[in-house]
Amino acid sequence: MLRRILLPRLIDLGLVIVGVSVIAFLMIRLIPGDAVAIMLGANSEVTPQALSELRARIGLDEPFLNQYLRWALGALRGDFGTSLWTGRPVADEILANISPTLELTFLALVIGAGAAVPLGCLMASRRGRSADMALRVGTVLGLTIPSFWLGIVLILAASRFLPGLALLGYVPITENPLGNLGRMALPAFALALPIVASLSRLVRSAMLDSLGQDYIRTARAKGAPERVILYKHALRNALIPFVTHLGITAGYLLGGAIVVEEVFAIPGLGRLILGAVTERNYPLVQGTILMVTIGFVVLNFAIDLIYRFIDPRLRR
Amino acid sequence: MRLLHDRVLALAALLVAAALGISVLGPWIAPYDPLTQSIAARLQGPGALHWLGTDQLGRDILARIFFGTRATLIDCVLAVGFALGVGGAIGIAAAFLGGWFERIAMRIMDVIFAFPVMLLAIGIIAMLGPRDASATVAIAIIYTPIFARLLRGPALVICETEYVKAARAIGASPQAILFRHVVPNLASVILVQTSLLLSSAILVEASLSFLGLGAQPPAPSLGLMLAEGRNFLMLSPWSAVFAGIAILLLAFGFNLLGDALRDRLDPRLART
Repeated sequence: MLRRILLPRLIDLGLVIVGVSVIAFLMIRLIPGDAVAIMLGANSEVTPQALSELRARIGLDEPFLNQYLRWALGALRGDFGTSLWTGRPVADEILANISPTLELTFLALVIGAGAAVPLGCLMASRRGRSADMALRVGTVLGLTIPSFWLGIVLILAASRFLPGLALLGYVPITENPLGNLGRMALPAFALALPIVASLSRLVRSAMLDSLGQDYIRTARAKGAPERVILYKHALRNALIPFVTHLGITAGYLLGGAIVVEEVFAIPGLGRLILGAVTERNYPLVQGTILMVTIGFVVLNFAIDLIYRFIDPRLRR
Repeated sequence: MRLLHDRVLALAALLVAAALGISVLGPWIAPYDPLTQSIAARLQGPGALHWLGTDQLGRDILARIFFGTRATLIDCVLAVGFALGVGGAIGIAAAFLGGWFERIAMRIMDVIFAFPVMLLAIGIIAMLGPRDASATVAIAIIYTPIFARLLRGPALVICETEYVKAARAIGASPQAILFRHVVPNLASVILVQTSLLLSSAILVEASLSFLGLGAQPPAPSLGLMLAEGRNFLMLSPWSAVFAGIAILLLAFGFNLLGDALRDRLDPRLART
């Protein structure tokens, strides 16, 4: 079991992580022109001395392979480089900015998954009827509403109908729980809407798949009530693709969060990386992308493993 | 039921046709030049002179939406077209050739696919500098592995069918099998997925220009209009509101088209 399932997957995981690190490593090296001059030019005067100093500091003066090995070994030890202008380790910068993003992503995931399961079941049970059709067109609409626009419209509506409500910015939940949730409600909703749409479609088709199975016919033949068939027998099986999809959804949510944070002036990962792009703080951009991507790869790996253990058919 | 399906397809076709019409004819049918400023007429609401109003520099919002739609659509068609050509070729070749080519090519695709979309886009744009073309390149790279993964599966199924085996048995050349049997049978998958991915590419492009990572001012760009209009929301929300509706309709049309086509073309769904 362990060797047959875990080992090939671990090798896959290792290969993907090495590949991701190579791409992240190449990011600075493939910048057209002199990357060091471009970086320096953003914040200070470009002198030959400053150029060679910075080049040595981020290790660009070594042979290519050495550069990669040194950098990758550093990353393995948790050293993802240092921010160019503050001199702080990238990992510290990320930790200082990640909690609003994590909270936003988590809230959106809870809202999205919570609404998607009943909606998907409803669509599946009304399959082919006009309610199903209306919901399907509705989900396409939900999928294509730009969340940043929805955020702006929500701010506009709230400022008209609920004046005086603090909408923008961020306060930690530990300091002011009500203020925190009040500020997070609108961005989480704006972020969750496309998730509700995509996940409910997923639940619908998974439900339709499992409703066509033999054991459902058996349950019907036994005279089990429709509600029990739907929620006990069919839904359990339909949840497997749903759970697997949550990892991909988390990746999508993070991207959406970067944009929604910008709309609601939330100081999270989005602001960190966008600021780094503007300041041409390439090591910070590179380190953030590497760390967050590896986080997602590992998250998806864990989800894959967990559901393999949950589903007895896959354990064989 | 059939009728409902047809209505959805008709609505989708209408939206996509309108988007294409505006993109092609935009320069001729736009009521104003999208760049001409008129400070005296700034931040107007919808009216007889400017149907959708004017922005913070007095530019006509309708004209900017026409040109912005055109710019977004050109970028996304180029990027998704590239991704379909390269990624699709890799996916189909992987299924057809198998062996080491499949293993190495798909591994590379997996690595690119592992990055969260917006993060990889931001990384690529950081390298190339924030401009319109960088966003197009980023979208092209990001969608390449998606097409490869989407087309490899169906291509594998087709390569295992009796008629492909029969064609191999009678000694048909690989090219003949590929272009007479495999690719034509993938046409419906390609059509559906291209339409769906164009829709999501439109949203990514709009997000990137909203963040200032795509088209730069004073270019007429839908995402940029939203970003600029945001600063004048309380004075006059029209620029941001209408630009957002334009993005929504554009993405909605292509997504609905892909969805309706899938129902129509997928024989498994059509029978029910």
